[in-house]
Amino acid sequence: MFLKKTKKLESEIDEYLDLVIKGGLIFKLGIKCYLENLMEEFENHLKDLRKIEEKADDLRRNIEIKLYTRTLIPESRGDVLGLLESMDKVLNITAETLLEFSVEIPEIIQELKNHYLQLADSAIACLENTVSGIRAYFKNIDAVRDYVNKVQFYKKETNKTAEQIKRTIFRTDKSLSRKIHVRYFAFHIERIAELSEDVCDRLSIASIKRFE
Amino acid sequence: MTDISVWFFISSGLFLGWSLGANNAVSLFGTAVTSNMIKFKTAAIIAGIFVILGSFISGAGTTNTLTNLGGINAIAGSFTVAFSVALAITWMTKASLPVSTSQAVVGAIIGWNIFTGSPTDFSTLSKIVLSWVFSPVIAAVFGFIIFKIIKMTVLKWKIHMLELDSYTRIGLIIVGAMASYSMGANNIANVMGMFVPATPFKDLAISDLYEITGVQQLFFLGGLAIAVGVFTYGSRVMKTVGSDLYKISPITGFAVVLAGALVMWIFTSQSIERFLLSINLPSIPLVPLSATQSFIGAVIGVGLAKDPLSINFKVFGKISIGWVVAPILAGIISFVLLFFVQNVFEQKIIEPVTHEISDSVILRLEEEGINTTVLTDLKDIRFTNNKVFKNEILERDKFDGEQLFKIFYYALIDSFKIDSSLINSELNLNDYSTEQINGLKQLHGHSFSHKIDFEKVVFSGKEEWNYKGNKLQDKLLDEKKEFIENLFRIQR
Repeated sequence: MFLKKTKKLESEIDEYLDLVIKGGLIFKLGIKCYLENLMEEFENHLKDLRKIEEKADDLRRNIEIKLYTRTLIPESRGDVLGLLESMDKVLNITAETLLEFSVEIPEIIQELKNHYLQLADSAIACLENTVSGIRAYFKNIDAVRDYVNKVQFYKKETNKTAEQIKRTIFRTDKSLSRKIHVRYFAFHIERIAELSEDVCDRLSIASIKRFE
Repeated sequence: MTDISVWFFISSGLFLGWSLGANNAVSLFGTAVTSNMIKFKTAAIIAGIFVILGSFISGAGTTNTLTNLGGINAIAGSFTVAFSVALAITWMTKASLPVSTSQAVVGAIIGWNIFTGSPTDFSTLSKIVLSWVFSPVIAAVFGFIIFKIIKMTVLKWKIHMLELDSYTRIGLIIVGAMASYSMGANNIANVMGMFVPATPFKDLAISDLYEITGVQQLFFLGGLAIAVGVFTYGSRVMKTVGSDLYKISPITGFAVVLAGALVMWIFTSQSIERFLLSINLPSIPLVPLSATQSFIGAVIGVGLAKDPLSINFKVFGKISIGWVVAPILAGIISFVLLFFVQNVFEQKIIEPVTHEISDSVILRLEEEGINTTVLTDLKDIRFTNNKVFKNEILERDKFDGEQLFKIFYYALIDSFKIDSSLINSELNLNDYSTEQINGLKQLHGHSFSHKIDFEKVVFSGKEEWNYKGNKLQDKLLDEKKEFIENLFRIQR
């Protein structure tokens, strides 16, 4: 009986994290469609992603209000809210990046298309492992460390791929404005990994604090 | 109860109870409240109820131990002893020295013993002091084991943080209630123990079957005072103390409070004592402990289970300072105040107790290996002043504290008259064998002036009263003997 409300909140947190995962997958699909020049599908994915972002925002606010009004997990409440909010920023950046593709329509040269796919894959792998880490923080704290390590690994891969993209584009004879434009998009996707790593740093500290 | 001054005298005990409640609330619910797991009001209500229940239901065990240490039999004496403890505690707290009510009480009682010339029972004293040393250690062991068990079970079961939070809240309430009950039962002796031999309350019959004894009424009042202390001042102490020592995670707090409560309980529970005796193990003495020290022990134990390097062992040094300073300070204050209360305020701090060395006393002392040749000229002289009796004895030989206690114990005039009508009306005949009842009836009309004479005639050399070698049965036999002694006692 007394666990009924708690269980509901648990499922809301799970639902929120599911939305983040779903957002990451849609982002990957969106990038793939963009690179294959399937613009209609790309725009549909962007719409879906923005809806998910809004829904996740509402859900997060609801969770925060419940955690505070019911004085649940008083010791870890600050950490949990921090984690959910910083995870929300990652999702926002994901949606913003896809939106920028739609607005600015960067021209990606053929030899960089695979690199961009790889970049999106590793950046979203960071996001997915961060979500798994947060789930572990709630249920299986010993596993948090494994996910944090995975995020660090994928973040390095993302940096390497982004660097390759930048080196390649700046060694072509394209105009400087195009070079900078392409670099700018690599940088944006790279930020998804960077922000995921920031969430993981919080996560590591929060999990140490949990059983102090 | 007719005299209003009784309330004045008891007020010092009530004040002591209030201060005990205010200072110990943090041990019971400090973690739960400072971590916002439980509201202070909820914690205070639970603590208050269970402290009163513990005092009322289970306070007798540790009180007997304190009464054995010093039988303060005049209410002005009880008042002064309790007031000295309160002063010592206030003083030490202001000087930021660690202090425990239990330790100060023992010192103050010994102060009374010294002032009145009453000997101190060293076997009881050593039992008490050893318990102080062992209780934090046992608490540390319990804390270590409990936390390891939690780590190997609950924390491995992959329970969602939010569910674990709910279970922890319930757990903290349960262990907090257990700790409050144990604290009430264990520490009520500190607050009201010294008033027991001089209780001003008469037994109160609630119905034909149930009666609230004068001692229980005292304990209820003391428990109430502790509860009021928790309510009115516990929150402030939690805010100051709670933020340092008790700033631990709720699960750790659960392990600490449970360990502390268990230690308080094993040093309080007559049921555990009986259980240990029933399996022929030595029992744990029922002694008033320092709740704070037990909980600090438990914090250290849990800390060792988590990370041995994180422990500051200096805290043990601080505890041991309390073992020495608190009793000595309270003892000195008690001695000085007793002097003023007796000589300036002209209050009776001890009811006269008569001692007389008889042939049977001499015989018994010789059996105990005490040199009695120097005592023979004191034979058959009645002493109504403890100090005079003590000086007379010590002028003749240098008896040590334990020998002196035995001389006082055996020489005490303690009149008994066996009345067979009381056997039928007061004894529960099912608890006694036919031989035991018949033996008592045959002695109808016999009277005795010393306890040892009574014991010799009534119990010695009789098969039905012999010890059987089973610790529990022997303890129950002792209780029966004590009951019979009290039944036939005319006056002390």
